[in-house]
Amino acid sequence: MPIPTPFHPRTAALCTSMFWKEWAGYHAVRSYDVSHEREYFALRNGAGVLDVSPLHKYELRGPGAADLLSRITVRDIRKLRVGRVTYLCWCNDDGKILDDGTVSRLDDQHFRLTAAEPTFAWLHRFTGPHDVTIEDSSERLAALAIQGPTSRDALARICDAPLHRLPFFGVTRARLQEVDVWISRTGYTGDLGYEIWVDREHALTVWDAIMAVGLDHRVLPLGLDALDVARIEAGFIMNGVDYWGAHHCLVPSRQSTPYELGLGWTVNLDREPFVGQAALRAERARGPAWATVGLRYDWDEYEALFARFGLPPHVPLAAWRDGVPVYGSDGRQVGRATSGAWSPLLKANLALASVRPEHAALGTRLRIEVTVEYERHQISAIVSKTPFFNPERKRSA
Amino acid sequence: MTQGATKTSSSAPPGAAGSPISGVGQPRDRSYDVIVVGGGHNGLVCAAYLAKAGKKVLVLERRHVLGGAAVSEQVFPGFTFSVCSYVVSLFRPHIIRELGLVDHGFHVIPLDCSFLPLPDGRSLARFGDYARTRREIAQFSPRDAEVYPEFGLAMSKLARFSKHVIDHPPPEPTSLAPRELLQLLRLGRGYQALDRDVRYLNLKLLTMSAADFLDEWFESEVLKGPMSVSGIIGTMLGVRSPGTAYVLLHHYMGEIDGAFRAWGFSKGGTGAVSYAIAAAARGFGVEIVTEATVDHVRITSGRATGVVLESGNEITAKAVVSGCDPHRTYFGLIGEQHLEPELVGQLRRYKLRGSSGKVNLAVDRLPDFTCRPGPGPHLEGDIAIVPNVDYVERAYDEAKYGAFSSRPYLNVVIPSLVDPTVAPPGKHVISCFVQYAPYDLEGGPERWPRQREAFGDTVVDTLAEYCPGLKESILHRQVLTPWDLEHEFGLTEGNIFHGELSLEQLLFQRPMAGWARYRTPIRNMWMCSSGTHPGGGIMGAPGELAAKAMLKAGAA
Ligand SMILES: Cc1cc2nc3c(=O)[nH]c(=O)nc-3n(C[C@H](O)[C@H](O)[C@H](O)COP(=O)(O)OP(=O)(O)OC[C@H]3O[C@@H](n4cnc5c(N)ncnc54)[C@H](O)[C@@H]3O)c2cc1C
Repeated sequence: MPIPTPFHPRTAALCTSMFWKEWAGYHAVRSYDVSHEREYFALRNGAGVLDVSPLHKYELRGPGAADLLSRITVRDIRKLRVGRVTYLCWCNDDGKILDDGTVSRLDDQHFRLTAAEPTFAWLHRFTGPHDVTIEDSSERLAALAIQGPTSRDALARICDAPLHRLPFFGVTRARLQEVDVWISRTGYTGDLGYEIWVDREHALTVWDAIMAVGLDHRVLPLGLDALDVARIEAGFIMNGVDYWGAHHCLVPSRQSTPYELGLGWTVNLDREPFVGQAALRAERARGPAWATVGLRYDWDEYEALFARFGLPPHVPLAAWRDGVPVYGSDGRQVGRATSGAWSPLLKANLALASVRPEHAALGTRLRIEVTVEYERHQISAIVSKTPFFNPERKRSA
Repeated sequence: MTQGATKTSSSAPPGAAGSPISGVGQPRDRSYDVIVVGGGHNGLVCAAYLAKAGKKVLVLERRHVLGGAAVSEQVFPGFTFSVCSYVVSLFRPHIIRELGLVDHGFHVIPLDCSFLPLPDGRSLARFGDYARTRREIAQFSPRDAEVYPEFGLAMSKLARFSKHVIDHPPPEPTSLAPRELLQLLRLGRGYQALDRDVRYLNLKLLTMSAADFLDEWFESEVLKGPMSVSGIIGTMLGVRSPGTAYVLLHHYMGEIDGAFRAWGFSKGGTGAVSYAIAAAARGFGVEIVTEATVDHVRITSGRATGVVLESGNEITAKAVVSGCDPHRTYFGLIGEQHLEPELVGQLRRYKLRGSSGKVNLAVDRLPDFTCRPGPGPHLEGDIAIVPNVDYVERAYDEAKYGAFSSRPYLNVVIPSLVDPTVAPPGKHVISCFVQYAPYDLEGGPERWPRQREAFGDTVVDTLAEYCPGLKESILHRQVLTPWDLEHEFGLTEGNIFHGELSLEQLLFQRPMAGWARYRTPIRNMWMCSSGTHPGGGIMGAPGELAAKAMLKAGAA
């Protein structure tokens, strides 16, 4: 039985489609309209406003906070500067990933961790000698993402923060309509965008302020279906879809490592001990068993396949997340595509896939399963660079 | 209002299609391939498998209804009680398929919630909904709330391993026969396939107490209370007694059967499971006779040749298989005079020591819990009265010295909420499983009949502390003490599982080392009850494995 988020009074009034889903125990809008198309195009041309309150949030405070985070995540957090955010993941002793998220350094001794899954107990398990207090702020803080090319202009009109000076993955305190908020230049869309963190009692003030200027900047409320397409275009993997946290895996083959997921770049291996270090070191020496890649379907083959049935090429409207097998040129299975979407922007059929490393080089032609008229077929899919969509504005001043 | 031992009119529970009983008191023929003594669910499963393989099979049941401890009876007009067992947990999915039980009315409605009312007005409800359960547990401990699913996964991994164990005959570790070694090897492989930390966990599970084991994971005494009690069901042990951690696993095994969702209420009561099996057995040609008590097995020069009924009638068979508990089988049906003294000693050491009772209520309205008033999904699963770990340990302390607990652990279900066939509209059936009720009351077990009402009052008083209007709503009360379980249901010392499920009485030691493979020292005499591997519960596995062992050995 999901419960409402702090923004529920507004989102519920707008969600005329009644398309909801459960996200971490909360009601979350899938799309406000029966189709998410309008929201998607608003996101890529104006901006979308997405309620991300269900994210799990933890405040770590105290002189030992940086040490604790460095000990349990793959990053050396002590090097993170105040006012900066970093993306990272954390593993168990066997170097198997548990979850991914972000850490913001709000102050010298105040960090905020976001996670897809409840992580309070995991953090506590390692407090040991560290002088740190941990607050589960998930309930206390509401979070609202505003993403898209006009997000900065819209936000700048209602808050006092110098947003053009806030770097990509920067975070700052700000006043927004007499309310204290934190604004970070982060998001899950691969676009220019921000996330606003505010005490729950002020959530509606923030929502209303944005919507008041929204019309001028083509700002629409955004649901999870449009986000799902955007995150594929951005090449972001998702916990519970593209990989599984080790605590949810009944069999070891379900587990993944950061290297297998293409998150090797987040791992600071050579430093004091941290959870999973020995296993990750061994894996780096040995090489990972899987590689996570982007795939683009070969459009000509796709079209030809549909033509054989007298059909125009049909693309799915929504992103999909029930995996399909991926084969090598010799017809043997070499992996699986775990999620994908038709990108209305790139006019390409995209997928994220996990394949054996020898098939992971850019440009490799693999075969992917496509079902037409209840028949299973295979067509070519080319290993491609991610993010598929990576606009200049995402990082620019 | 009250009645102890049951004498009822109706037999077939609602949901059972016709009666599978072919006769009363007297079988049609004088000679069969196999006679099954006892129409408990295991005896019926065994009979069905044997008949499916072409044997001519007779089942003889002492009572007027089938099912043994898996039985439904209309003790009070309009109300069907699952008199003894009340939830189906581990019934083997392949037996459902192989015997075609769904076609014969096998229907289990899953249980989704475990509800724990507390005396201080708080409460804890655990649901299948992961996020909701996390919020519920977080009221008591945010940390435990997150550890809970992690614990569940670790236990599920172990339970997967145990599934190997319960679906095969027990290994015989003292034998060097290649087949035995192979089987041990297979088990070993399954074990090696477990994660390293899960293997350590297994060792802990085998040796620790339920409470200590849970202490390693959780901090909240409130959460640990209801979790720990699954370690002591049916044993005369406390949650702090070593060895009880193992039984926690059973709780997770039901979930492993995945899509089968074998954990739930049997439509029409647990007797409907027995009737589905009986109907399937009839379909394979089994003859089932009720009110036919076997006095003893005819043994001629160390060999079973048939049975003698209490009526004096004798029926012959190429093999006899007992669906009764080990004590009744060896001391009752076989007789001590046919057994080696050494073996008799072993049998006497086999622990039965019943520790539980049952109170079934017919009520004219739904109970209303002070801590969560009104109806709701929290009432649709099982309701535990065990506010913390100390509570149930204290309940045990009293039982150790021969008294029933003045505030017992209760496991309460209201099956009529999800299965309207068992009570008239608006009225309900409340089943209370009670522990501890030690068979060995101070002054002797025969004192139980005089204590029955006091025991019933204690149970009702305990529950009424959480739902005040309860007493006024009771239309009928049925109280079963360990003494009643022994005398009415044939469960020696009232043990609900035909012997404790403690580690030293499992696997190749159930019921005795050397005689754990469904055989007995008497040739052509077999066992198929909960007193054999893999043990008690509505599981069907002993019956199935016994039948398969008999067929393999060419018996009958
Ligand atoms: C109060 C109680 C609650 C329980 N709760 C649960 C539960 O919720 N879930 C669960 O899975 N398990 C539960 N159990 C355990 C489960 O019911 C038993 O383990 C299981 O039903 C035993 O089945 P069985 O076929 O092996 O033996 P039984 O059911 O004991 O069958 C033996 C049969 O033999 C008959 N018999 C005995 N002597 C003779 C004779 N001389 N001649 C002819 N027939 C004879 C008996 O009448 C009986 O029908 C409970 C048990 C009890 C008592």
